[in-house]
Amino acid sequence: MPAESKDADAATPAEDGAIRPFKVEVSEEELAELRERVAATRWPSKELVEDRSQGVQLAPLQELARYWTTDYDWRKCESKLNALPQFTTEIDGVEIHFIHVRSPHENPLPLVMTHGWPGSVIELLEVVGPLTDPTAHGGRAEDAFDLVLPSLPGYGFSAEPTEVGWDPGRVARAWAELMHRLGYTRYVAQGGDVGASVTDGMGRQAPEGLLGIHTNLLAPALGMTDQLPAESDGERAARDALAAFRASGFGYFLEQATRPQTIGYAVLDSPVALAAWMLDHDTDSYYKISRAFLDGEPAGNLTPEHIVDNVTTYWLTGTGASAARSYWESGRAQAEALAAGQAPPEVSIPVGFTTFPDEIFRAPRSWAEQVYPTLAYFNEVDKGGHFAAWEEPELFTTEMRAAFNSLR
Amino acid sequence: METSASTKSATTEEIRPFTIEVSDGELEDLRSRINATKWPDREVDPSQGVQLETIQALADYWADGYDWRKFEEHFAALPHFITEIDGVDIHFIHVRSEHEDAMPLIVTHGWPGSTVEQLKIIDPLTKPTEHGASAGDAFHLVIPSLPGHGFSGKPTETGWDPVRIAKAWAVLMERLGYDRYVAQGGDWGNAVTEQLALLKPEGLLGIHTNMPATLSPEISKGVQLGEPAPTDLSADEKKAYEILVHFFATGTGYAGEMGNRPQTLYGIVDSPIGLAAWMLDHDEASYQLIARAFARNPGGLSRDDVLDNATHYWLTNSGISSARLYWESKLGFFDVKGVELPVGLTVFPDELYPAPRSWAEKAYPKLIHFGEADEGGHFAAWEQPQKLSEEVRATFRSLR
Repeated sequence: MPAESKDADAATPAEDGAIRPFKVEVSEEELAELRERVAATRWPSKELVEDRSQGVQLAPLQELARYWTTDYDWRKCESKLNALPQFTTEIDGVEIHFIHVRSPHENPLPLVMTHGWPGSVIELLEVVGPLTDPTAHGGRAEDAFDLVLPSLPGYGFSAEPTEVGWDPGRVARAWAELMHRLGYTRYVAQGGDVGASVTDGMGRQAPEGLLGIHTNLLAPALGMTDQLPAESDGERAARDALAAFRASGFGYFLEQATRPQTIGYAVLDSPVALAAWMLDHDTDSYYKISRAFLDGEPAGNLTPEHIVDNVTTYWLTGTGASAARSYWESGRAQAEALAAGQAPPEVSIPVGFTTFPDEIFRAPRSWAEQVYPTLAYFNEVDKGGHFAAWEEPELFTTEMRAAFNSLR
Repeated sequence: METSASTKSATTEEIRPFTIEVSDGELEDLRSRINATKWPDREVDPSQGVQLETIQALADYWADGYDWRKFEEHFAALPHFITEIDGVDIHFIHVRSEHEDAMPLIVTHGWPGSTVEQLKIIDPLTKPTEHGASAGDAFHLVIPSLPGHGFSGKPTETGWDPVRIAKAWAVLMERLGYDRYVAQGGDWGNAVTEQLALLKPEGLLGIHTNMPATLSPEISKGVQLGEPAPTDLSADEKKAYEILVHFFATGTGYAGEMGNRPQTLYGIVDSPIGLAAWMLDHDEASYQLIARAFARNPGGLSRDDVLDNATHYWLTNSGISSARLYWESKLGFFDVKGVELPVGLTVFPDELYPAPRSWAEKAYPKLIHFGEADEGGHFAAWEQPQKLSEEVRATFRSLR
């Protein structure tokens, strides 16, 4: 990766609020080395089951490796990124990378949208056009957003924190500073996965100018399942899905929350290990991705190319360990809050929530209402899963327009 | 590594001599992979896992100082065998004592261990008179590699949990002609040994464990949920309880991943450093012991010890196949299993938890020996071979 992406903070004398243009530049050597490593992969024996229950299956991963070394072209991804206005700016000691696309329309609503793990800004690229230029994508000019897509600290083209403390609340404060620095005095925020935790944090902090938030993962439910209603079929199904996730889908979460550095060595040194670690997120997205590689039948926009764009971004930026640390930070922040008996402040600004049916759990309206007393928008759509913006960009765009319509 | 472990014999019950052969090409490939390691940045906090300084010291030594051939010369000189049991080729070291009345003893390793962990107890147990003990304390030693580990075959079907492994061990001892024997283990070796005791195969007289499973259902639930210690615990019990709460709250990531998704750990098969880091991150005390070895201040484990074991995993490509045992097992690591046969146990102070005698007496109604070592931890046979040998002798003396 180019020096300016990872070492920029070292080259910056002091935090001066400067916003620097940024381009992704990857050398041919880095790409050749990646291909060599993938081709030299030493493989384990095949899993002993016919499903994902032992982990990422050998067949889809070997197909991914084949695709990665033969058909895949990083330069297309690089061009796509560099066609967008990208910047970095130092906030709270860390150089933050972000994409910033202003709408060509009048009075757009500024929106800061945050990716999750194992995501990056790559998962949000397909909604840039529809959100910023709605008239070119079947929408109305008054639905336009100015879009800010930051890379989380330790992820992608942002720098890695070199001190502890970068929990979702601190990222949320950094995003408020970013929006302030960009001159936005009225804006909204959105996120899924880790991005949902950051966005939730912004909602609770309610920085000046933040009009409302929307998330597509009901992150607080993970820590308060026993307080949520489980009466209706939908509520019980959501509770059971969370219990199943905790019982059998929690390995990566626990490892990243307790020993991110340990798994970091494997995913930094082996591209295939990195890809496997990233594919093993939730059951629905795993099978969708597996089918995309094995059957050539991608779900929505989760194509082999887009999957490998994201994995390659992690590889080239060397961020497998530093991204995993965000789980450690979240766990530490939660344990400290618990030990101190501190409940986070309620969200007092309007909240929108969209349930995508294939998410880890299908949050019912009652749960969203309990987590967010100021729930102003709720909808359950008919398709899409954990990577909502990535998988179903049109549907996701429709939700953004509807959720934030009343706040313009 | 090409091993005869993958070759099916005509007569399945045959016991075949096994020779270890590692090519120069395999060692060269390992070295070049270590030298080409792509590193993460330094951890931001020491609790985040294996520290960069430690693993880089390990990498330097692995690539430039460590000599597998030196280990191989010693290891390959031992009597190695393979026999197929229940469809899987089981590798084992079988060292018979020169003392005719020696007691047969099957010793089982754990994870991230292998037969490499048990090598230092072979002489003390088979040649006691050379190690300050009497001929009457001699053992014939059987040291198998767990299925999916080391030179044993890798199961190609599910079901190889500690119960099935225990059944295979009973077959192995029978096949070797032993009709009176004892068993020993720690970690998974304890799980298998206790399951063997529950099976009560004809001939098994008793067991010794250095990682006892003594938790009552209430204590087990409490420590896993992180509940406050019950108020009626003694000082020993409270100490064990709190250590276990800490372990379950912060130290089970590796076990959780291997129990849930062992196959996802492609990095421990493709990257030597990924494998070594994963193996170092077992329990806090053994990690500190190993880190000291690489900081050139070794305790019970040397740099060579650690890399003999890691290289053995690497060359046998058993990172993921060994991890599958966590997926297979449905047993609580430390939960009382109801062993009725005679049991001896030794508490090593740095083990995952120091089992209180009161819990041990309830867990093992026929507790014939309760020993407490002054030092040592999870890898008792490996780091405290003299002490473990003494404890094994003391335990089984009354069963001869």
